[in-house]
Amino acid sequence: MSVLEIRNLHKGFGSLVVLDGVDLSVEKGDVVTILGPSGSGKTTLLRCINFLETADSGTMIFDETSYDLARMTRADKSRIRMRTGFVFQNYNLFRNKTALQNVTEGLIVARKMEKKKADEIGMRMLAKVGMAERADYYPSQLSGGQQQRVAIARALASDPEIIYFDEPTSALDPELISEVLAVMRNLAEEGMTMIVVTHEMGFAKNVSSKSIFMEGGKIVEQGPSKEFFTNPRMERTREFLRMEEDRETASSLNAGKNS
Amino acid sequence: MKILIPGLTMTIPLTVIAFSIAMVIAVITALIQYANVPILKQLARFYIWVIRGTPLLVQLYVVFFGLPSIGFRVAAFPSAVAVFAVNEGAYCAETMRAAIESVPAGQLEAGFCVGMNYPQIMMRIVLPQAFRTAFPPLFNSLIGMVKDTSLAANITVAEMFFATQRIAGRTYQFMALYLELAFIYLMFSTVLTRVQAYGEKRLNSYGGNKS
Ligand SMILES: Nc1ncnc2c1ncn2[C@@H]1O[C@H](COP(=O)(O)OP(=O)(O)OP(=O)(O)O)[C@@H](O)[C@H]1O
Ligand SMILES: [Mg+2]
Repeated sequence: MSVLEIRNLHKGFGSLVVLDGVDLSVEKGDVVTILGPSGSGKTTLLRCINFLETADSGTMIFDETSYDLARMTRADKSRIRMRTGFVFQNYNLFRNKTALQNVTEGLIVARKMEKKKADEIGMRMLAKVGMAERADYYPSQLSGGQQQRVAIARALASDPEIIYFDEPTSALDPELISEVLAVMRNLAEEGMTMIVVTHEMGFAKNVSSKSIFMEGGKIVEQGPSKEFFTNPRMERTREFLRMEEDRETASSLNAGKNS
Repeated sequence: MKILIPGLTMTIPLTVIAFSIAMVIAVITALIQYANVPILKQLARFYIWVIRGTPLLVQLYVVFFGLPSIGFRVAAFPSAVAVFAVNEGAYCAETMRAAIESVPAGQLEAGFCVGMNYPQIMMRIVLPQAFRTAFPPLFNSLIGMVKDTSLAANITVAEMFFATQRIAGRTYQFMALYLELAFIYLMFSTVLTRVQAYGEKRLNSYGGNKS
């Protein structure tokens, strides 16, 4: 049964077409990675399906209900958001809240949960991402990797059907990337449904179940990750994967030089 | 002592009451502009334009001497409170607006993503952060206002400056009295500056404004 289905999603900014008819179907337990060059519309896609941008047209099927993405009511947005999680590239933790408060804020304010119960869930989620000892720290007192793990705990708190990640490791120093990837890998193993925009080829290849290559606002190729990486059908996909490989080799050589 | 007493019974209450009202006006005016509420936003801009573009002393005269001439008589103290509140509100509204705009859009988006609605996010996430940013300039405004209350003497509010003028008129000790008056203002400002420093330290201790 699919958790989320997107049909014929279109989005432009002014005369610039950014999403040009995207179709997407995510099954329960799927980990879908979205790859693609800069400007291909990956972020915009995630933002449209979490209503941070309003799509020009498109249909969303979530929980067996169909929604017109161009005409979402405020109540529908809020209801669906309470059942999804979003992890930003630059974390976006609430700066005036501690790690624990970041995780519980949505539970207490949006879901009207009792504080005691929310704290209990919050601590459990922080423990899950290895941040329980830092529950009372403010974001400015945490490293990027730690902030991103708290952000993942925040996304997990509402027991979501699906979590969207927009380049969750791109803002991190190289040595902090692995701690965040490890958390995401654990989630994948527990069967969490996720859509992950990333440049981490290792994660895409080894952790995700399905990979998508986007370019120019269109999905160029998609398939089970194993096939996608060993035997990409489209020439453009092959070219992109080669380029990403070169980039990773170059950066690991650089890292070697610096150490 | 004869100067300090009107300071305690007039200058301080005038400042405290007027500044509190000014803060309410400032926050509401800033939020209206930030949220882009049609019509109200134009009203807010108009209000700020008029108040910032005219002298405080003239505003005091308009209310205290002008209004009675068209049939609205207001006592001196409430007139002063109203004018100072409305005047300070316009300046602080600009401070608050800048502070709210300095909160990254990502804070609002993160709030939406956990299912909070706009008013909830403003009250719990954006405004607290904006207040932290606005705290030093708002406090500067407050210190400025303590001194500006001396203008209320012009509309017969019996605050410190008014009292000093009265005594000086009787005793002719101009130098001693006005120096004493200046000293008392200086003390008020000094205390407030200390409070500001303490407040800023408290605010920074829980995370500051680093991103
Ligand atoms: N709010 C906006 N207003 C105008 N143009 C926008 C806006 N957001 C994105 N764009 C444009 O839409 C295109 C797609 O942007 P998007 O951020 O979705 O790409 P992306 O695939 O996430 O790229 P990257 O890998 O660099 O993050 C870009 O050309 C970008 O300049
Ligand atoms: Mg992006």
